[in-house]
Parts: sequence; structure tokens; C-alpha cells
Amino acid sequence: MNQIVILGAGHGGFQLAASLRQNGFDGRVLLISDEPGLPYQRPPLSKEYLEGKIGPDLLLMRPEAFYRDHRIELIADERAVRIDPAAREVTLARGTRLGYHHLVLATGARNRAPPVPGLDLEGVCYLRSRAETDALQTQLAEAQTVVVIGAGFIGLEFAAVAAAKGKRVHIVEIADRVMGRVVAVETSGFFAAKHREAGVQFTFGMPAVAILGQSGRVRAVELRDGTRLAADLVLVSIGVAPNAELAAEAGLAIVNGVLVDDRLRTADPAISAIGDCAAFPSRHARIAPVRLESVQNAADHARCVADRLTGKDRPYASLPWFWSEQGALRLQIAGLTTEHDRTAIRGRIEDGSFSVFCYAGHTLLGIESINRPADHAIGRRLLAAGRQVSPAEAADESFDLRAAATSRAA
Amino acid sequence: MPRVTYVSQDGSETTLDIAVGTSVMQAAAYNGVDGIVAECGGSCMCATCHVYVKEDQLARTPPMQPDEDAMLEGTASERRPNSRLSCQLAMTPEMDGLVVYLPETQV
Repeated sequence: MNQIVILGAGHGGFQLAASLRQNGFDGRVLLISDEPGLPYQRPPLSKEYLEGKIGPDLLLMRPEAFYRDHRIELIADERAVRIDPAAREVTLARGTRLGYHHLVLATGARNRAPPVPGLDLEGVCYLRSRAETDALQTQLAEAQTVVVIGAGFIGLEFAAVAAAKGKRVHIVEIADRVMGRVVAVETSGFFAAKHREAGVQFTFGMPAVAILGQSGRVRAVELRDGTRLAADLVLVSIGVAPNAELAAEAGLAIVNGVLVDDRLRTADPAISAIGDCAAFPSRHARIAPVRLESVQNAADHARCVADRLTGKDRPYASLPWFWSEQGALRLQIAGLTTEHDRTAIRGRIEDGSFSVFCYAGHTLLGIESINRPADHAIGRRLLAAGRQVSPAEAADESFDLRAAATSRAA
Repeated sequence: MPRVTYVSQDGSETTLDIAVGTSVMQAAAYNGVDGIVAECGGSCMCATCHVYVKEDQLARTPPMQPDEDAMLEGTASERRPNSRLSCQLAMTPEMDGLVVYLPETQV
């Protein structure tokens, strides 16, 4: 195998290229990025970068010399428009055709847009790419009244930054609580209360039906019940959809993402998929396949595929983990908690430092830690090793979690 | 500018001039030093920028905060008394000449 083509240069695509070289792969590595410039890190966009604490240089994954030194051929500001699995060839938008011995789809995901008029008004922003963040930063400097559509990680992280800058912030969420798709009720309740304390207002269970403007500029968001929320900036943060169209057109199976096996291979042995765009079986999930949107997932997928392509075949088994920083609040999640039916709280919610241990029956699925990083670090080891603690043990602060993570049989 | 030397597992050394305030992790990433992963980008969330500080220089580094102490519980390589997360080592003039050893693995 001497030519590997990677479509997408986010966390997964970049890590794959880097890991291939680290593993001693000696062939060509072509990394296709649909954004201009060098690959960069996304997590700081909604935090330090948006706040202006770090500039574009420190956002980069690696400097330009890294790609030269490691013979990673970065083709930026370009995208694939067709995959021909029979010919093992990718066609790029500018017409170039690239043959491959192995193709890795690291195409990520894109912002979902609500079905409402007014999305093209000036002042309607998104927060996924660096370019979008630059535009948002410019708009935020001038804005006084901000409406955020969607109370997920991104919406809440942005709301915390905007509120800290003294903006009036109102979040509209179609579900009945914040981060409802990913965290326990207890965690949602705590975060909503803290955001309210910081001056953020919420409307739950209510979709936005229109974004209204004047002279091409956003002025308000209209809700289904007729309420109009004034806005000179609107952030649309209702989640993302996987970029799986190319794979579908190439005849690959799509199940909320590009379907892969436990080796992250598609049905075509010459094509793999990783990161946000891949739907894969996880031994840590109650449902299969799963599609996860996180840096950890993208980077660990990349390492697994790089290992396989350099002769160290192994099933993908990494424990999923996530984090979010919302103002002074630090949320860290180990494992996949969404299918839980009961919880145990370690620490006191009132103290602002606690962990929610999430169970399905007696099985510990995952741990949501709020301003309690030790539980997270130990919990990751515990869950990765397949060890269990009972709800009673979890809730007992005198119970030694560290010892349980290292010594107990599974 | 104060200097930091990174010593990798194979013994090779990289010395960087680092602006005061920039972290030992940020400088490594920006200059392409292998062996520091820094998956979370410097938020003290992931423990993949683990380094071992030369023992007699520990007192010259910023004091360890509780978050860092906690996340060091989750390093992929063994935690030792001189373990630090390099994202929490913001450069000061006193740190000039610092030597950090990179662990066997970060993930």
C-alpha cells in the first residue's frame, strides 16, 4: 500500500496523517481539506479563540513545517466531489483525480439549519469553523441582544462568553431542558440554574418559526407562540449532520453516518470512515451503531485506522469521553450516559462540584462530572477497564473510587 | 525569551525559546514537538500533554492547581512526583532553562 487519501482535515483527518507517519508508514499521504490554511483545533473556537485569548497561530494543530517534515501532502481549500470505488479514485472539485490504495472518510459534519425563513440575514451566525467564529466575533463586538437557538454544548458555551461580555442573552430550546440529548436531568438542571444566575434567559419546549429582519439585518426571532425576541445577533446551534453524501453516492451504507465495522472499515475494504461522519459499533454503547461528535472519538478512531493500515489490526474499543467549558463550569463526561434509567450523585449539587453516575439497571454506563475532575479521570479508568461500582458506593464519598478503578475484577 | 528543553523517549532534545505566558504545551504544539498530544487544546481536560519536569527544577514551575492534580490521575503513562500537565506550565522568566522529559505514551 503506497497511497493513502484522507478526505477531511479536522481532528480525525489530521491525527490519521500524523499517526501514519508516527507508525512508520512510508507511502504518500494526501490530506484534503475543504477549508483554507492549515488544520486547526475546533474546541477553542467557542472559548479562548472567541474570547480573543488565543490567536490563529495557537489554534493550529501543527506548524507548516510539520507537514513538510512528515511528507503529509495537504491540499487545502479543496474538496472531493466523487468517489469511484471500482477504479479506487477520488475526483476533486477542481478536476484533479487521485488514485488511492486506501481511502479514509474523515469528512466530519456540518451545521444543521432550522426550517425557518431569515437565515440569510446579516447577524445570523454559526460556530463550527474558524471562518464562522471570526464572523461571529465581529458581530458579537457590536451586538447588545443575542438570541441563541439550541441549548447544546456550543450554544451554552457561546452564551457564557456573550453573557460575560455584558450582552443580553436569550436561549430558545425546542426540548424541555439544556443538553437534553447528552446529559442527565440533574446535570441539565444545575447548568440551566447557573446560566440563569449569569443573566441568561431561557425558553424551553418552543421552536423558533422565523428570523425577522429589517434592511437585510436581523432584528428578532419569532417563536411558535407568537413571542418575538429582539435580537441583533442570532446564533444557530441546533447540532450537526454527518457529511455522508459522497459515501452514499459511492454506494456505501449510511446509517446516520457512514456505516463501518469494529475496525472502522466500510463494506469496501479499501475505504474506512472515522470521526463525526462514521457510525460504528461501540462496546461502550447500548445502541448500535453509534455516531459520536467529539475530539476524543475522531482522534482515537484515527489512531485505530492508522494502526490497521500499518499492520497492527485491532478492534476499536476506546472509551468515549467529552467535555464542555461554560464560563467557570467544567463538565466532563466519561462513557455514554444517554440510555440510563437511574442515577447516583457523588458530592452535593448545592456545592457546585458533583458527579452524576448514570446506570441502566445495575450497569454503570457513564459519569458526568461537574467541577470534579478527579471523578472524571478515575471514572475513565474505571469504565475503560469495564469495572463497576454500585449506586450506593458511588454516592458514598468515603468509598474509594480510585481503589475500585485499579483493583476490582470486572 | 526563556528556554525550555524537551527530551523525548529516544533521548533526542528540542530546545525552544518561549514567550512569557505561553504554555510549555502550546510551544511544543506550535513548533511540532512530537510526544505531546494535547487533545483538549490546553483546557486541563484530557491529560495528554503529560511531562516529567527535571526534579530539581520543580520548585521553579507554577504551583499545581487542584484541577491539574486531579487530571494527572488519568495519564496514560505512570504518574510520578515530577509529573505535570504542560498546558498548565505557563512560561515565567524563572523557568528559563527548564528541562521536561516526555513520557512513553500520552494515550
